[in-house]
Amino acid sequence: MLVARNGRSDSLTLEGRVLAPAQGIDDSLRITITDGVISSLEPAAAGSLTIAPAFVDPHVHLRTPGREDEETIRSGTEAAAAGGYCAILAMPNTEPVVDSASVLCALVERAREEAVVPTGFMAAISKGQHGDELTEMAELAAVGAAAFTDDGRPVVSAGLMRRALRYSAVTDLRLALHCEEPSLSRDGHAHEGAVAAALGIGPYPSTAESVMVERDLSLAESEGRSIHLMHLSARESVAALDHTLASGAPATGEVTPHHLVLTDEAVRSLDTNTKMNPPLRSPDDRDALRDALRRGAISCIATDHAPHARQEKDVPFEEAPFGVTGLETAFSALHTHLVVPGILTFETLLERMSAGPARAFGLVEPRIEVGARANLVALDLDAEWTVTEGGFRSLSANSWLLGETLRGRVVKTVADGRLVLAQDGRE
Amino acid sequence: MAELRLPAPPRRHLLSIADLERADVERVLDTAQSLAASLDREVKKLPTLRGRTVVNLFYESSTRTLASFELAAKRLSADTMSLRSAGSSVDKGESLKDTALTLSAYEPDVIVVRHPSIGAPQLVAQLTDAHVVNAGDGKHQHPTQALLDLYTMREALGRLQGLQVAVVGDVLHSRVARSLVQALGLVGARTVLVGPPTLVPRGIEALGCEVSYDIETIADADVVYVLRMQHERMADAFVPSLREYTTLYGITPERVRDGQVVMHPGPMNRGVEIDPRVADSEAALVTDQVRSGLVVRMAVLYDLVAVGSVGSDPRGLSPAVSLEVA
Repeated sequence: MLVARNGRSDSLTLEGRVLAPAQGIDDSLRITITDGVISSLEPAAAGSLTIAPAFVDPHVHLRTPGREDEETIRSGTEAAAAGGYCAILAMPNTEPVVDSASVLCALVERAREEAVVPTGFMAAISKGQHGDELTEMAELAAVGAAAFTDDGRPVVSAGLMRRALRYSAVTDLRLALHCEEPSLSRDGHAHEGAVAAALGIGPYPSTAESVMVERDLSLAESEGRSIHLMHLSARESVAALDHTLASGAPATGEVTPHHLVLTDEAVRSLDTNTKMNPPLRSPDDRDALRDALRRGAISCIATDHAPHARQEKDVPFEEAPFGVTGLETAFSALHTHLVVPGILTFETLLERMSAGPARAFGLVEPRIEVGARANLVALDLDAEWTVTEGGFRSLSANSWLLGETLRGRVVKTVADGRLVLAQDGRE
Repeated sequence: MAELRLPAPPRRHLLSIADLERADVERVLDTAQSLAASLDREVKKLPTLRGRTVVNLFYESSTRTLASFELAAKRLSADTMSLRSAGSSVDKGESLKDTALTLSAYEPDVIVVRHPSIGAPQLVAQLTDAHVVNAGDGKHQHPTQALLDLYTMREALGRLQGLQVAVVGDVLHSRVARSLVQALGLVGARTVLVGPPTLVPRGIEALGCEVSYDIETIADADVVYVLRMQHERMADAFVPSLREYTTLYGITPERVRDGQVVMHPGPMNRGVEIDPRVADSEAALVTDQVRSGLVVRMAVLYDLVAVGSVGSDPRGLSPAVSLEVA
């Protein structure tokens, strides 16, 4: 279930190159939206804008409840609108954890007041995310949970994971998994390799992720359940996912913009905005992730938008929390670093940011057709803009792109029939 | 035509050996040598840094490094102030950033930082106008230790180029090892790291050294550099027991060949990584290292403050200014 604040649907027209890879559309069109619904598609002269199905982010930390100084539902969904998203899924690792119907209902109510962009809330797999007891999954599903995850933490016990896989079948929701074997990642702050060795940073080896990916894929396969693997970082994990997909078993995976663009070389700066969990890995890992995204083995781009207060990142590297923001920069960063240099096609990028994640979580795919609710993003691919601390709608500015000039910009977002972003792309 | 104004050169710091070039290392060692000569006199004080302020900011326990920086600054006639985290506002939860800003308000010329976290001196350097010297940050770097070790080797063996150095023990937790490998690489010496596989991090060879798990490897070395087994940094048991470590890697008289010198950054665990008979032998340069520490740290302070103040090349490649001797 996705929730947004109540309000009227909009009527407007958008004109330009319309590109919907999942539907095979690539044409110059005028899209008329009447009361939030696409009412006509007519041929038009080629304009400067590219219009595509809006984006879906399956991995966002809205920090609400508990850390509203870092992000609120309002600020986080405004950031999503600025990034071209028409739907986002929020993580339950808040204070308190979203592990009961009462916490979830309160969030849903708040989202009806504040959410600019339709938002789904995931609920925890285990009570308090302690990894001991299952949450009341049926009740959580009944009041609108979007999926189950203990994100931020792994489900350490294989026994509990197996039970979660079996029991969650009483709902039609999926498990989204943060794969990390804590006995291998303990005291780890950067990828195990030459950079961590040179800097003396505690190593976080690839196997800390991949042995858990292998375990969970194996358990899911044996239980006949499908799982979603979050923020994949290691080539060994990609190989495990490939193996499962080749056997015909269902599983989906996501990758973040920062794991697609950066490597652990970035950590040499000791900039705390290069510290994330899982960590930035080697060029070989990055290339395996790019390849899996191209092939579709990894079908989703997820930002893992993780706002942190400035004082928490203004500390030495090892003391800083993991995570970076991403909603407002994902498209531009990937367009600049992957599409412009020819590493990824524009069509693939659009598909993996929209239809891919929607399908993985059983959400309605944003489509461009007469009669569909309007979920559209208008892009100015030639616009250049510089990422600055003051330029974010998010309450936090812990971006790995600060100071960078990016090419391509989201100028309009229509989410569930409402115009939620309209800016001059050449400002 | 408007007067041509050159921008002020960026502040020089000593944060990591990785920031230095060979010429920087050699200049500091040569300066240390001149200072040692001048200290062989009855009045052991030079006026070089009179009116300058050196602040020592120590977030980790230290005896020799703190003492040596304090004395080095005093021998150069600087005003010194030492702050330890215990008993300061750090105890009250003040962040490193605020402590650095507070101290900077006194306009010190140099801030010497020791901190348990990697990159803490870099953070201070971003916040202050003072020159920052890294006196050890987590497992990352301890550049003045590496410089004083090079100085000690050069004094004892007469050269650095072509030396073979075996660094033995707990490399994983050692900022000394990381700095030393890089510094030895700069001056044309070769390093092999010797230790149990669980205490040698994967990927360390990229620093420009070899790795061996076999203690016999040290036979080829001119210098056997023994690392301290860092119990205090070990949350996990990286080796089954200290007894087994000592059996496999302890530096005993039987393992030291004639003509080799043995070094240790201190404090030593006698009977663990180094046999007391070796520690007390002629081959051991441990007290020479402590003496070198004083002159090398004087040279570092001099190099940053006195050389830096005459508008030298920001990378510190200008020829050393001759020392003013009282």
